[in-house]
Amino acid sequence: MATVIIPTPLRKFTGNSAKINISGNDVSEIIANLVHQYPDVQKHLLDPSGSIRSFINVFVDEDDIRNLQYNHTHVETRSVISIVPAIAGGNLI
Amino acid sequence: MTQNTLFSKEELARYNRHIIIPGFGMEAQEKLKKSSVLVVGAGGLGSPVLLYLAAAGVGHIGIVDCDVVDDSNLHRQVLFGIEEVGIPKTEAAKKRLLSLNPHINITVYNTQLTSQNALEIIGGYDVVADGTDNFPTRYLVNDACLLLNKPNVYASIFQFEGQVSVFNQLNDQGVRGPNYRDLFPTPPDPGAVPNCSEAGVLGVLPGIIGSLQALEVIKVITNVGDTLSGRFFTFDALSFESRTFNISKNPANPVNGENPTIKELIDYEQFCGVKAIEKPLKEVSPTDLQDWQEQGLDFQIIDVREADEYDYVNIGTELIPLSTISASGGTIDRNTRVVVMCKSGVRSAKAIRILEDKYGFNNLYNLEGGIINYINELELDLPTY
Repeated sequence: MATVIIPTPLRKFTGNSAKINISGNDVSEIIANLVHQYPDVQKHLLDPSGSIRSFINVFVDEDDIRNLQYNHTHVETRSVISIVPAIAGGNLI
Repeated sequence: MTQNTLFSKEELARYNRHIIIPGFGMEAQEKLKKSSVLVVGAGGLGSPVLLYLAAAGVGHIGIVDCDVVDDSNLHRQVLFGIEEVGIPKTEAAKKRLLSLNPHINITVYNTQLTSQNALEIIGGYDVVADGTDNFPTRYLVNDACLLLNKPNVYASIFQFEGQVSVFNQLNDQGVRGPNYRDLFPTPPDPGAVPNCSEAGVLGVLPGIIGSLQALEVIKVITNVGDTLSGRFFTFDALSFESRTFNISKNPANPVNGENPTIKELIDYEQFCGVKAIEKPLKEVSPTDLQDWQEQGLDFQIIDVREADEYDYVNIGTELIPLSTISASGGTIDRNTRVVVMCKSGVRSAKAIRILEDKYGFNNLYNLEGGIINYINELELDLPTY
């Protein structure tokens, strides 16, 4: 199983887990399995069409999936998939 | 013996530990003195950035901030002390930095950076350090730096997590590196991510991340080492894990991609959906609410902040966090006035929209300025944050 790194803003939807082991052969399978396991993550991670939201980057190991094969990027069991959203300080409004 | 004319004897003594570093030396120190850096935001990130850039001898530092020092800043904004509470941050910062290093120049802008003033302010500096706390200003700083061909040293924090990168830096081949819009083409919808309803920052985190930001500013100026241009650094204080990702340009970038569509600064609040509320809301001021209470009128008050905020300070209302409001229509009275409140009035406005759209409520009033305004207007002896 690959390791998925959950960013702080999404941890409230993963029972505060920061690292989750998820099985899947490519990024789309990993995301689908993550969302299956933690349904509340879906609307924050994916837009209504099922694409990863444009203020969220997904990296497989060090590389942006946009420079690999996007959702079809192959994932190994030792891969680390990082979900990195835009954050902008801790100011409440 | 050659005499250095750029530095006084006192400066040479001050910067000695820089000058003797192999690979840094006098040449880098001279570049620092001849450089100018604009620090946008004199807050948690801006504090260490300003302190280290001033101490390092950056010749001209500009500071943009429109806030005054508040008690709630002091756990992380180490630039300030209790004697500065209530004073504009720019003024307090300038005084502190000149006491740290009188051999530098400081220019302050006690104003908000806007689409109207950004090009003029940023245009006067070599490097920008973005330490702001909101998405509209992030995109504004980014776009202004692209339009002016300035490097933008970026840092951002949230709770226990920090990010650092160097955007739009010119490399040795004359090519500029990726920027914020390459990475984040559009901002989060204010309602789509929990960035407003969850908040806070561990005080030491901006110290760590801001110090890294200062480091990258110094590297950009001196051309010593490899900066984070083309890379994106993240740090998780809880797990003590850091990661450095490779990032690249996006040909569809609307400002400097293959077919640019943005050629001047835009309305960034609109771009970020902050101005999304169009239909007028019914509002109630703190003094009106007090009148209603004194007149014994029948009404309900709902606080839509998170439980942690409510526990910190509340005015004895019901608590229905914004994240659960859309499932809570059944518990809200339809026959009396219902006042909805949050910290400053933004989340409560959103809650009212949700309740009106989903359940057809027409008896909801937004408390103007939230609990902070309520406490301040009525001069209550309650903490603010």
